[in-house]
Amino acid sequence: MKRGLPQDPMLAQLVQMARQHQISRRAALAGVGGTAAALTLASCSTAEEGMVAATDLSDSEKVLVWHNWAAYMDEDDDGNYPTLLRFQEQSGITVDYRIEIDDNDTWYAKVKDQLELGQDIGADVACPTTWMASRLRNLGYLQALDNNNMPNKVANLAPGYQSSSEDPDRVYSIPWQGGFAGIGYNKKAYKEATGKDAPSSMADLWAAELKGRVGLLSEMRDTVGLVLLSQGIDITSADSLNDDAFDAALALIKEQIDSGQIYNVRGNSYLDDLATENIIAATAWSGDITVINYEQATDEDPEPFGFVFPDTGATLWADEFIVPMGATHKRNVEELINYYYDPVNAAELALWVNYITPVVGAKEIAAQEDPELAENQLIFPNEETLAKSSAFRSLTGQEEQRYSTAWQNLLLGA
Amino acid sequence: MAFVAFGSQAPAQEQKPTKTGRVALILLLPGLFYLALFFITPLISLIITSLKQASASGVIGRYDYGFELGNYAYAVSQYAPQIFRSFSFALLATIIALAISYPIAYFIGVKARDKPLLQGILLTLVVAPFFISFLLRTFAWKQIFSNDSFIVNLLKNIGVFGADSYIIGTNFAVVFGLVYNFIPFMTLPIYANLDRLDIRLLEAGSDLYASPAKTFQKVTLPLSLPGVISGTLLTFIPISGDYVVASRDFLGGPDTAMIGNVVEANFLRIQDYPTASALSVMLMATIVLLVSAYVKRSGTEDLL
Repeated sequence: MKRGLPQDPMLAQLVQMARQHQISRRAALAGVGGTAAALTLASCSTAEEGMVAATDLSDSEKVLVWHNWAAYMDEDDDGNYPTLLRFQEQSGITVDYRIEIDDNDTWYAKVKDQLELGQDIGADVACPTTWMASRLRNLGYLQALDNNNMPNKVANLAPGYQSSSEDPDRVYSIPWQGGFAGIGYNKKAYKEATGKDAPSSMADLWAAELKGRVGLLSEMRDTVGLVLLSQGIDITSADSLNDDAFDAALALIKEQIDSGQIYNVRGNSYLDDLATENIIAATAWSGDITVINYEQATDEDPEPFGFVFPDTGATLWADEFIVPMGATHKRNVEELINYYYDPVNAAELALWVNYITPVVGAKEIAAQEDPELAENQLIFPNEETLAKSSAFRSLTGQEEQRYSTAWQNLLLGA
Repeated sequence: MAFVAFGSQAPAQEQKPTKTGRVALILLLPGLFYLALFFITPLISLIITSLKQASASGVIGRYDYGFELGNYAYAVSQYAPQIFRSFSFALLATIIALAISYPIAYFIGVKARDKPLLQGILLTLVVAPFFISFLLRTFAWKQIFSNDSFIVNLLKNIGVFGADSYIIGTNFAVVFGLVYNFIPFMTLPIYANLDRLDIRLLEAGSDLYASPAKTFQKVTLPLSLPGVISGTLLTFIPISGDYVVASRDFLGGPDTAMIGNVVEANFLRIQDYPTASALSVMLMATIVLLVSAYVKRSGTEDLL
């Protein structure tokens, strides 16, 4: 926070007040004109040099606020979260669990000004996707966690997640859950429309029989990633996934949208489209298909929806715990992470949310509970399954701006 | 009801300047303060943002102060189709809403005048949609028009629709949603105006051997014009900037985006604040121009 203050003493004072987040009502009213100016000034100043983590109040305050995505926590019939309740009993820490993230970009738009100032974003811990977590880390917005406080994480973090060139000790962002993006489809309707049992490639989505009944995820890295893979691009390599390859993939998607093949491009709400049969097949997230099967199952048809990897491969992603600079309960968060890296808790969670758990040992525990589910490749993928999936490479700031603009403009039509 | 004010036909009374000017000023202060704080300040901030340039740091969503008029050129060239679509949709929806609302308003305000109960019920029906959030109502239409809905299946069965046709996500769905959501805003001002239409003028028309159509054209319509003008303004302006109905999460599809959707995407997803602000400024300027030209042409400057 050691940035230069404006020369004008009144502005300097206002900036200081804005930074400390302590504008009293009286002061705010008194400085109406000035406050706006101060906030503008404060928000445009850069934060690169030395942001300092907020003082950790965990010793005196046994609380933490957690921002996460929907359907990401085990839930009983009363709407309680059993694993989280147990954590609260064991640790004495009260967790305020809020479903606040609907989309990485919109979440970022919401919290970026506070992050930039090193202020509290209203959460001690949040779980954005890897690429967003790495953007925040590169900007210096994140606190490093202490491995000493998280013995379970050190012992049980799956090897695939340990090697990160940017974060060798894995202390800035720690995997929460992961998943695949592939093709989700309505089994019965797909059979009726095409005569085939299941789609097997991205090309199957562009089949004439499915005209107007195909959905795409609005998450760029998943939808464009799947198309890139189908065009023979290695999405993990900067040589292969270059501007030309990206543009070619967008051109293909645009062609499909213009021809009316694509019904809609949406975020998590594509599930409604699948459920109401607005669409027959879509690019989809693995865990979602389990959830929608659970919701839509009937006695004759216990599993109406299917999920497949396209023959050219699926994309792999993970959402990760991060602690912003302004968070004041880091130690409590470490305790929380340590708790969820206990294989017993991780297994209980994974069996409910149906996403890939990054915790070694969870599979063995899950096998005792439900041997069949423990063989589910979407929750406990083996080497072979993982080899068929790849993660979108990290983009430079410029690339990200260019790709994301191009993708969003495509979605706006024109 | 606030809408009544829009239909007011009372001639503006000539007020002599009085010595109570100071009191009036003091009474005006809270309003002026409110305007300055919540309208002028954001507007200035918007204009400043629209002229910002990309930051040298290359960080997404960070922009430096500048005078980058190119933002406007970029916004127009990149989003011309959506801009054009917004105003076409707004115009079309306003015309349809007027065609639907005028007869309703006429019936409630003139024909049902001696039946207060019926009048009250009908008015309540017009206002009733406001009892439910318009987000929910728009969602409801989404269900009603969904692909395996009764309506779509019926259209397919009678051969109007092919096997791969659908409603949600088409231009029709968006214009329908816009018309539906804004009909009360059109109906109420026209009703408030027609409610005070002097029936004796219509009788005079027929006494002078004018056909009902002629009477309507020469008497009713001109007299109700202020109501029509406020109605069209109350629909056209918000529709131009509406972003919910055309959003892909509601009735829109990949090819129905309006300016509001472009601004939303630029603000929240691309983090391109200058372009989003430039678009907002242009939308505002265009509406002001269109509306003043419209009001001037209609000869009802009193409204502004």
